[in-house]
Amino acid sequence: MLCQQCQKRPATVHFTKIVNNHKTELYLCEECARQKGDFKVFVPFSINDLLTGFLDMDKTAVPIESEGLLRCKTCGMDFMQFRKIGRLGCQDCYKYFAEELTPVIKRVQGGIKHNGKVPRRAGVGLRIERQIQQLKAQLQKAIETEAFEEAARLRDQIRELERQLGQL
Amino acid sequence: MSWINESGPYSGIVMSSRVRIARNIAGLPFPSIASLEVSQKIVDMVRKSILESNSILSRDFDFVPLRNLSDVEKYILVEKHLISPDLIDRAEVAAALINHNEQISIMVNEEDHIRMQCIFPGFQVDKAWELLNRVDDIVEESIEYSFDEHLGYLTSCPTNVGTGMRASVMMHLPGLVATNYINSVLHTISKVGLTARGLYGEGSEALGDIYQISNQITLGPSEEEIISNINIAVRQIMENERMARQALMQSNRLEFEDRIWRTLGILKHARKLSLQEFMSLLSQVRLGVDMGIINGIDVVILNELMVKCQPAHLQAYIGSEASAEELDVARADRVRNELSKVT
Repeated sequence: MLCQQCQKRPATVHFTKIVNNHKTELYLCEECARQKGDFKVFVPFSINDLLTGFLDMDKTAVPIESEGLLRCKTCGMDFMQFRKIGRLGCQDCYKYFAEELTPVIKRVQGGIKHNGKVPRRAGVGLRIERQIQQLKAQLQKAIETEAFEEAARLRDQIRELERQLGQL
Repeated sequence: MSWINESGPYSGIVMSSRVRIARNIAGLPFPSIASLEVSQKIVDMVRKSILESNSILSRDFDFVPLRNLSDVEKYILVEKHLISPDLIDRAEVAAALINHNEQISIMVNEEDHIRMQCIFPGFQVDKAWELLNRVDDIVEESIEYSFDEHLGYLTSCPTNVGTGMRASVMMHLPGLVATNYINSVLHTISKVGLTARGLYGEGSEALGDIYQISNQITLGPSEEEIISNINIAVRQIMENERMARQALMQSNRLEFEDRIWRTLGILKHARKLSLQEFMSLLSQVRLGVDMGIINGIDVVILNELMVKCQPAHLQAYIGSEASAEELDVARADRVRNELSKVT
């Protein structure tokens, strides 16, 4: 069957559109289908390009002149340099560029709060915090079901963990 | 159990499941600005963390400094998905630790100090993460990671911050490509935070109807949430692919089978094959095998053949520097050879 649009090439794409129970069918060749623009042609591109794009969007937010002054005190990387290569210099860049990075991270990522794995060494505090959160939820449940002995035990556990957290 | 020469769950459509995480060492500059000296120190630290660990897991690793490898050897590792092309760009300071069954590889001084991955055949992302998680713990026994309580694992590029995790599933989707549904599938997955790339990573074209589906977001969801998100999408794509294959076969069975057998005929007799032509012919044969039209060939053989016929593998097979045409001839030669063993 030939394409209904150009009547030249064989139809390889079958469109079915249903609007208010009214069905329209269309047989097109790939080229006409693409021109019709009802579906996108896939172009792979890199995530880094995307990031640089977002950084450029923020150009309006941070005047170029002040950017040169933004510098990481640990590794010496400045924000202009980061914008050019899309890579930070060290872990402390996250701290020194926080104001500029946070909105970018928010936009390219889902959130700005890590909820995943916590390393045993660097994340002691966070581990305790999460444990407390869990215990608090259990405590709430215990109170609701009037399991008061259990609740008292949980309360003591939470206090102990909070004490540990305070000492860090 | 390498992804190349073993089969796994749903091997007919899913070729491999891979999870990688990015880690950096606390207090040291990221690779982009690290000096030669610091880079060397990082290589030593990571090498020791694995080779000197007491864990059984870390016993069968090879330490591979990239500067000791020839170009062909380096690209063979890329074609096996054990290292990235970016690691080769830093060959002077880069190294890899690869275990003997080639399931686990740890890259040192790529974009981050440590990029480790686990790759399994078929559809088993959970298992890959389970193993990788243990390797991560082993390394952490002797290395302190850059970590922030809010931002998670700190990475050289903010697009990896948080879990530092990229889970990616390599799928063979000839049905969706032939029926033109592939674009709407790719469009849909982009709406749930996933992305699709070709066989060899970012920007590479989808040769042989092969797509890698992976997560784009690394901060916010936990590792388990990222994986379950991917799993749901992959299951759905698999279902769509099956339906598309059935529809193709049912619309004109004779035509369908004829095309697949002819494709096998070309592969078995051609005297030169470009990479692109080879990949698209192989895709049709793989489809025919999975649909039960061609018997006697296992998809695993085809996966092996696919990797063996990539440029660096062929270059090694020929043994000397070869022109593009010589490679095409060698490719056809190798395909004929391998297929004559099984059919």
